[in-house]
Amino acid sequence: MPETTIPNTPTFVLVGHGMVGQRFLESLAARGLTPAAGRARIVVLCEEPRPAYDRVQLTSYFAGRSPEELSLVEPEFMEKHGIELYVGDPAEHIDRAGRTVTARSGAVFPYDTLVLATGSYPFVPPVAGKDARGCFVYRTIEDLLAIEEYAKGARTGAVVGGGLLGLEAAGALKGLGLRTHVVEFAPRLMPVQVDEGGGAALLRTIEGMGLTVHTGVGTQEVTAGADGAVNGMALSDGSSLATDLVVFSAGVRPRDQLARECGLAVGERGGIVVDEECRTSDPAVFAIGECALASDGRVYGLVAPGYEMAETVAEVIGGGRAGFTGADMSTKLKLLGVDVASFGDAHGSAEGALDVVYADSRSGVYKKLVIGADGTLLGGVLVGDADDYGTLRPMTGSVLPVSPEQLVLPAGAGGPVTLGPSALPDDAVICSCHNVTKGAICEHTTLPEVKKCTRAGTGCGSCVKVIGQLLPQSQDTGLCGCFAYSRSELYEIVRTLGITSFTALLDSHGREEARGGEGCEVCKPTVGSVIASLAPTVGASGYVLDGEQASLQDTNDHFLANLQRNGSYSVVPRIPGGEITPEKLIVIGEVARDFGLYTKITGGQRIDLFGARVDQLPLIWTRLVDAGFESGHAYGKSLRTVKSCVGQTWCRYGVQDSVRMAIDLELRYRGLRSPHKLKSAVSGCARECAEARGKDFGIIATAGGWNLYVGGNGGATPRHADLLAQDLSDAELVRLVDRFLMFYIRTADRLERTSAWLERIDGGLEHVRDVVVHDSLGLCDELERLMADHVNGYRDEWAETIGDPERLRRFVTFVNAPDAPDPSVKFVPERDQIKPDLELLAGPVLAVRTLEGTPS
Amino acid sequence: MTTTTPSTTATVVRVAHDGGWLTVCDLELLSPGRGAAVLLPDGGQAALFMDRSGVVRAIGNRDPFTGAYVLSRGLLGSAGGRPFVASPLLKQRFDLATGACLDDDEVSVPVYAVRVE
Ligand code: SRM
Ligand SMILES: Cc1cc2nc3c(=O)[nH]c(=O)nc-3n(C[C@H](O)[C@H](O)[C@H](O)COP(=O)(O)OP(=O)(O)OC[C@H]3O[C@@H](n4cnc5c(N)ncnc54)[C@H](O)[C@@H]3O)c2cc1C
Ligand code: SF4
Ligand code: FES
Repeated sequence: MPETTIPNTPTFVLVGHGMVGQRFLESLAARGLTPAAGRARIVVLCEEPRPAYDRVQLTSYFAGRSPEELSLVEPEFMEKHGIELYVGDPAEHIDRAGRTVTARSGAVFPYDTLVLATGSYPFVPPVAGKDARGCFVYRTIEDLLAIEEYAKGARTGAVVGGGLLGLEAAGALKGLGLRTHVVEFAPRLMPVQVDEGGGAALLRTIEGMGLTVHTGVGTQEVTAGADGAVNGMALSDGSSLATDLVVFSAGVRPRDQLARECGLAVGERGGIVVDEECRTSDPAVFAIGECALASDGRVYGLVAPGYEMAETVAEVIGGGRAGFTGADMSTKLKLLGVDVASFGDAHGSAEGALDVVYADSRSGVYKKLVIGADGTLLGGVLVGDADDYGTLRPMTGSVLPVSPEQLVLPAGAGGPVTLGPSALPDDAVICSCHNVTKGAICEHTTLPEVKKCTRAGTGCGSCVKVIGQLLPQSQDTGLCGCFAYSRSELYEIVRTLGITSFTALLDSHGREEARGGEGCEVCKPTVGSVIASLAPTVGASGYVLDGEQASLQDTNDHFLANLQRNGSYSVVPRIPGGEITPEKLIVIGEVARDFGLYTKITGGQRIDLFGARVDQLPLIWTRLVDAGFESGHAYGKSLRTVKSCVGQTWCRYGVQDSVRMAIDLELRYRGLRSPHKLKSAVSGCARECAEARGKDFGIIATAGGWNLYVGGNGGATPRHADLLAQDLSDAELVRLVDRFLMFYIRTADRLERTSAWLERIDGGLEHVRDVVVHDSLGLCDELERLMADHVNGYRDEWAETIGDPERLRRFVTFVNAPDAPDPSVKFVPERDQIKPDLELLAGPVLAVRTLEGTPS
Repeated sequence: MTTTTPSTTATVVRVAHDGGWLTVCDLELLSPGRGAAVLLPDGGQAALFMDRSGVVRAIGNRDPFTGAYVLSRGLLGSAGGRPFVASPLLKQRFDLATGACLDDDEVSVPVYAVRVE
């Protein structure tokens, strides 16, 4: 690369292109201190084989994020700003007198200002055998690639270190299919972040996930077999454990070697000594990020303080004033499916600090708030339920608007209070990764805009939920570009005016500019669903594919099957409650065999048959309907399954017949069109084998009847259902579910699951209870009548379809060649069955259009 | 492969293909607001759509984002007076008049001229 030294412009050399290094470059760019702006020459020496990437999200590599997706550098960034980046060429020597840096390649770069951002290295305790084959650390993409490769030949893995990163690594090993051990020297897990009580709750949860935890023991030796590969570990208590792979995650140490060698001051326990401006003992040299020993005497192992240092240095060398004096060490565990968060003074070390603690070791919940003598919130630990982290952390340092007890008590225990983010002051830091305040976030109106302009939410992601709550719930509550009404308003319009056609609704109630048009992919299925839910009541056809209704349905509803990635469809017959006779099982097997379908047991206690072409669907369903099967509505926004456990009939613990109740409920609500899919489950006792509390409406048997829980959700934002009513008789249960579902259908937004709905509507659970249990709105009669209409009007869509040649006409692939099978739908063998033969286009990362709430 | 022979009296839909007009089907086989796939003689596929006013348009049936031949099964809509189809797989929208993808400037699908006569 030519040396483009522009006369009188300084040269900045950055050593280390990690998270903080990249942030430093961006801060320079934001201030116009770039070669492109004619203000400087910038040289970056990058040791790793790739430019900066998101180390915080490193583990998401195992969840399918590619190294490219983890990149932090926007395409063309270096070119645009004229920055010289030398990838794979680390700095080896600094000559402070001559102000040059020599890279491994031999290249020598003169500097006016040198910035060290060399990060840390994982500390590996000096135990015998630590270098055996099969020993790894967890820091870079290369580390993960190596672990992934090695794990293919391994069955057991052990992580040395039960801190935040160790648990993250352990989660990853488990995800790779290894039996996983965690060895922690301290008496509890995450000793830095959580206290004893939190550690105990965490332990239970982690063990419950199938990991084996050894606390209070050190690793004495890693043993290897004759082939040099790890085969076990000897522990300090004299025991040993067999393992094929070891990951050391016993803390990190600042990479200060270069600085030491050139005589810069370093701390006793490592770290390049810097002042508030992040300047080292040589004024021409700065150090930022994890390699720096900040002026408050700490080395920060988190990215947010590093970012602040990067901003500080950019400001200072641009001639401005800034300082870094210390930062918050709040953290939240991102992985493993365990909620753990700690913030502020989590250990209550301040004088006069008092703890408010709630612990339920049965459910693995532990919450502690540390309150100062004057009532301010100083910090806290949340284990098992960290939902409030997003609002509590920014409140640190202020007096809580409600009593702290109310915040730690669980839902259902005398009305807990959740603090809305609206209670926060403007200067509360909402995103601690990027140090963004509530005030800064509230200057924007959409999440993408917030992410782009402030970066909030683009780090660990733990603040995104709160950001969403802070943003204006868009002024225009209209459903889409075609309707200014929300889904629930449209529901009322259709219901009261008895409208049965989409075009009539669009032309009479659409936005002016949309009238006479086609509608769009958002409002068509929504209105289709509203008309279908109300069909018996408003007098529309109950068959979702009649007349105009057909053109409103998403392709899944249109073909009464689920579209797969290669254009084929899946077929899911209803198996109420998951109970099925051997005869019916045989029919499913025969149909699958005869049509060459791939079969899989679903997560909903039934069987999915994949790989059907459009033209095969009616033939397949003719066989299934003959055998007594009905549509399972896996394609519709409607009732999916009511799962059951085996219950009282067989199980030694069961107290009610959960299978019968599940079947009854599934048959009652089958085919019911709703704003989003509906799921349910019935468990025969409190052991909850049917996972009812993860469902939209879940039922758990008691000695006295049934407990009804509502608003549960699995999926991306899991939520445990809340108890709506207790000890109900069969009839009371059904009546309450009728009302609950109809009230939800009437008032929810498009694609709003009951969980989100329950959290959104004014008054939440209490309000819903008032309406459906105490009939506070006087609506219950009508809700029950609507449900009765549905139940009486139900007909099986597939039976109706195959019995009608007109309706069958749509099941051809080509309008001009009805008998021709689709040549683009092809399969290849896999594990004794088939899978789609796809062009390699479809990698793990297809661009899904992220229209808010796009139907799936 | 059997081909439906459009009747001589009814209105038929033709699609420009290979320098000529390929007769595809009777107009009455199309339903407003919905698409239908057409198998072209060269093995390619087109997607035909009729809007509520009876205008028929055709674009390629292959969804460039997934490689699956499914655009004919997407939902028809209009925005600012322009008709589009939203792919049933990952929901990207394609302008029916120009073939341009409305969600990604760099992607488009072919457009076929259509005659209804
Ligand atoms: C087949 C199945 C996976 C399996 O092989 O086991 C499955 C497959 C699909 N799920 Fe699921 N889900 C299946 C059980 C579940 C479960 C478990 C359960 O129901 O107990 C969950 C978590 C529980 C929950 O929903 O709360 C689940 C949470 C989701 C979600 C996330 C929902 C959410 O609220 O976050 C989606 C996406 C959506 O609906 O927006 C989804 C969507 C999908 C779709 C429909 C995606 C799509 O549009 O193509 C998949 C297509 C099914 C197909 O083509 O046949 N699936 N999905 C399961 C079918 C169950 C059944 O018999 O009907
Ligand atoms: C698995 C994992 C999960 C994490 N989760 C979180 C989290 O949830 N929240 C959080 O705040 N933090 C988290 N962290 C920590 C966070 O990643 C670091 O704080 C952050 O990366 C520090 O940035 P840095 O630029 O100082 O160091 P790094 O990102 O490590 O970058 C330093 C770079 O300098 C390079 N380098 C070193 N010496 C030289 C040399 N001589 N020449 C050239 N280049 C050199 C290194 O190769 C490295 O690429 C996590 C870390 C890991 C590993
Ligand atoms: S929930 Fe209770 S009754 Fe049902 S299977 Fe489990 S232990 Fe048995
Ligand atoms: S707190 Fe980590 S991204 Fe906002």
